[in-house]
Amino acid sequence: MHLAQSISPLEVVLTLLYLAAVAFLGWLGYQRTKTTADYLVAGRKVHPFIMSMSYGATFISTSAIVGFGGVAALFGMSLLWLTFLNIFVGIFIAFVVLGGRTRRMGHRLDAHTFAELLGRRFDSRFIQVMAGLIIFLFMPLYAAAVLMGGTEFLATAFSMPYVVALLVFGIITAIYVFFGGLKGVLYTDALQGSIMVIGMLFLLIWAYLSVGGVAEGHKELASMSDQVGAMKAIGHRGYTATPTFGWGRPADLKPGMPSPYDMWWIVFTTIVLGVGIGVLAQPQLVLRFLTVKSGRELNRALAIGGPFILLMTGVAFTVGALSNAYFFKHEIVRGQLVSEMPADVIIKKVPGKANQTAQYTLMHIDTDSPPDGKADVDLIRPADPADVRVLDDGRVEVRSRASSIRRAVGSV
Amino acid sequence: MFGIEDTYVSLAYLLCILSALLCVIYGAINWNRGDEPVDSADVRWATRQQQETTEEL
Repeated sequence: MHLAQSISPLEVVLTLLYLAAVAFLGWLGYQRTKTTADYLVAGRKVHPFIMSMSYGATFISTSAIVGFGGVAALFGMSLLWLTFLNIFVGIFIAFVVLGGRTRRMGHRLDAHTFAELLGRRFDSRFIQVMAGLIIFLFMPLYAAAVLMGGTEFLATAFSMPYVVALLVFGIITAIYVFFGGLKGVLYTDALQGSIMVIGMLFLLIWAYLSVGGVAEGHKELASMSDQVGAMKAIGHRGYTATPTFGWGRPADLKPGMPSPYDMWWIVFTTIVLGVGIGVLAQPQLVLRFLTVKSGRELNRALAIGGPFILLMTGVAFTVGALSNAYFFKHEIVRGQLVSEMPADVIIKKVPGKANQTAQYTLMHIDTDSPPDGKADVDLIRPADPADVRVLDDGRVEVRSRASSIRRAVGSV
Repeated sequence: MFGIEDTYVSLAYLLCILSALLCVIYGAINWNRGDEPVDSADVRWATRQQQETTEEL
């Protein structure tokens, strides 16, 4: 079977164990759900550990780790300002200033959903219906992005067709949400949050060890400021530097050219402020405040939530940026060059039109020792000639830097 | 600081750690605070919930 050929037995066992645990927790939620309040706000008696892990795991979705981790690899460590806002605004301000009030209000008004909370607070059926409608219309967009992240992982890790992975992921989630109610969701969130903590701790330690330590890794990354390539035109000054700041467009800039201040505005207004403050209004997070009994549980959950977010986005953004140094140090391909040929590579898919392509040179390399004459690694020839060296024994050494393909695209 | 020369990036790195510590310290200091006594509104709510459950069953 295709699935069994592509993954190890240990991975199959671990995946089955995980699915069994999720199924059990969904069943536990189902068993403990007796009333409407149990189903919608988990009976308002959730343990602070479960509440904080669920808040964190809901807060930090696929987009925050996979998506913004990739953005950090591109833009660098200035994205850590977003982590600061995630913790200070998304956790501290949310729990200390808003959480207690929201919880009390929700309790007194007997609200079970975000829309019901708003509707009862302002005594307006219109506000309740509108809030429900807005969530109903726009939340699927966010849910779709999260589903896509999980599906991409399943499809890649288990070599499954995309549609099958999407169905498997969607059906499992739907079952425990539908039958387990919010209790089932909170229990599975707590399990997923705990797994995420272990994974991110491992990733952080492994990444820093790979680049020679904290200060060494950062220095290595700083020395790669020349690797940003075409991004320099929009103000990229290196992976450990803040982008160039300025207002408007410089007077001497030619028409059609990007502004050297573009990146600063993208990073700090769209990403840091947009995502960092916007989190306070997310209904799925506000709902978590309604699940605890008193302010004491919120105080206890706060002590867990802060370090949790540091371990999530803090690690994702740091490791994302450090990946540039990692690839530079470790991803070196050595072998016999079998052939080189020009190839058209799709660099942008344009719906309804022909794909935008660029011509590159593909290198086919035999890395076997002794060489058997068959290429086993195919890669795009880096744009910088210094990244390809011919060794004394006739083999080639290619530094396939993380930025090399991007630089090649940028240079077209 | 931390091998990062850019002041703003090293400040962000430091603030991330400090804000997480702030959460831990605030949570630890207020670990047992914030518990609210049960008042008449809570009793009414609990009675209504129990009534709903009995009706559903």
